Amino acid sequence: MRRRNHLLAPALVGLVALAAWEAVVRMEGIPPYILPGPILIARTVVADWGTLFPSLLVTLAITGAAFLVAAVLGLALAVVFTQSTFIERAFFPYAVILQVTPIVAIAPLIILWVKWIPLALLICAWLVAFFPVLSNTVLGLTSTDKNLVDLFRLYGATRWQAFRYLRLPSALPYFLGGLKISGGLALIGAVVAEFVAGTGGAQSGLAFRILEAGYTLQIPRMFAALFLISAAGVLIFALLTGLSRVALRRWHESELEPGD
Amino acid sequence: MTAGAPPVTPPVTPIVTLRGVSRTYPSGTLALDRLSLSVEPGEFLTLLGPSGCGKTTLLRLIAGLAEPSDGRIEWSPDGGARRLGFVFQEPTLMPWARVEDNIRLPLMLAAVSPAESAARVGEAIAHVGLEGFERAYPRELSGGMKMRVSIARALVTRPQILLMDEPFAALDEITRFKLENDLSSLAHRPRLTVLFVTHSVFESVYLGSRVVVLSPRPGRVAAEFRVDSPAPRGEAFRTSSAYLEACRQVSALLASAMDLPLTLAPSPSGGEGTRPTSDAT
Repeated sequence: MRRRNHLLAPALVGLVALAAWEAVVRMEGIPPYILPGPILIARTVVADWGTLFPSLLVTLAITGAAFLVAAVLGLALAVVFTQSTFIERAFFPYAVILQVTPIVAIAPLIILWVKWIPLALLICAWLVAFFPVLSNTVLGLTSTDKNLVDLFRLYGATRWQAFRYLRLPSALPYFLGGLKISGGLALIGAVVAEFVAGTGGAQSGLAFRILEAGYTLQIPRMFAALFLISAAGVLIFALLTGLSRVALRRWHESELEPGD
Repeated sequence: MTAGAPPVTPPVTPIVTLRGVSRTYPSGTLALDRLSLSVEPGEFLTLLGPSGCGKTTLLRLIAGLAEPSDGRIEWSPDGGARRLGFVFQEPTLMPWARVEDNIRLPLMLAAVSPAESAARVGEAIAHVGLEGFERAYPRELSGGMKMRVSIARALVTRPQILLMDEPFAALDEITRFKLENDLSSLAHRPRLTVLFVTHSVFESVYLGSRVVVLSPRPGRVAAEFRVDSPAPRGEAFRTSSAYLEACRQVSALLASAMDLPLTLAPSPSGGEGTRPTSDAT
């Protein structure tokens, strides 16, 4: 019952907002090249599916690849960083610098240096996505229950055993939290990089479709592409939330059913 | 041996002997001051002292989790590798692991064969009365049950000595009484050696065959008291006059131990003589 309300409430808000949007567009007679109504956008999604869907796949491929690399490398770097405070102190500031430098500013350079565009896009998306995994996992690996650490020492656990059976599982909720943030950021990174790259031809993603539609004043198609990007972002978030729930539901506070 | 040990003590080799052990924290605070103590096989030794007297530090030193700043900790030579079980103030369970996997942990770390560890885990679960909860996760258990898991995990290695650091302090009284009764019979059956730290006079007398009273920080042995009532003890003992009388005497020892630093203060060099002598019944 409660769960159904969780879905019902936002769905209702969405429906009301869409209806209001449609009503305003119709009553004010706003032309579609300024602001198309949701019905027209939905029709455009269907009508332009042949163009938009391949672009969606291109963007999703870059996003997915960047996300996977971010997850694997973020985890690996976190493990390396937590092996010694020297390594962490020496390298962590550079990870922060990479994170805080706006991707829009570095993307042109990366696209200039890396000749193969998909790889350049992947690097941009990865740069945006990897930091949450890194910082969250570092936090997780270093916030192990001190008594459990003592317990492992007491029973003569090797460094590897303490890592595999204590620190890694302790860090799992943090790692998964990092993934949830990274998933959305990978998509943003991919779209921003596509904007900067402005690739044309068969290998163009949704951002290029938006640019293209903007140039040719096909505003409904622009909105349709935008809608697909948002939908992809929501889908990624839902998938990662599901993953986190499956992995943690038996033991972690964050995934307990209400009233449990 | 501890100063003033009663003559009834049989001449047995202690499992572990602390000789003049001191421990200074990195901050410079002296936690333990030249503490000497020995634990004999099969005894249930309770360490009673106020908060902050270094009881936990003492257990950590014995467990090898910290090094004494001064003095020596000597183990009996027999038995080869020393096996000890440790029960913390909190249950300290791995939340992601089922009860049976939590209990199996020490065996898994020691690479004990699956068949052998299955048998030992089953035995430990039976000892603490956790049958039927093998597959449960810690969050599904009450505080008392979690503590039982923690005790089972400490027993699974069949330790020579069981170190317990105020394990029942956070439990409600009814649960605590039940766990104390169970621990008393548990320690009696295979004749476990237990070193049990507590700040409760009642608990120290109820469980202990010998109560060692520590002074406030820096901790040192202020007095000791032998509780002669046979183990295992049950609810009948809790209401007996022998128990209440022992509690009264231990309370008096603790009260004088609390004054100890004041009497020691003027003459730190010759402090030894001002200690109240141990009281044996």
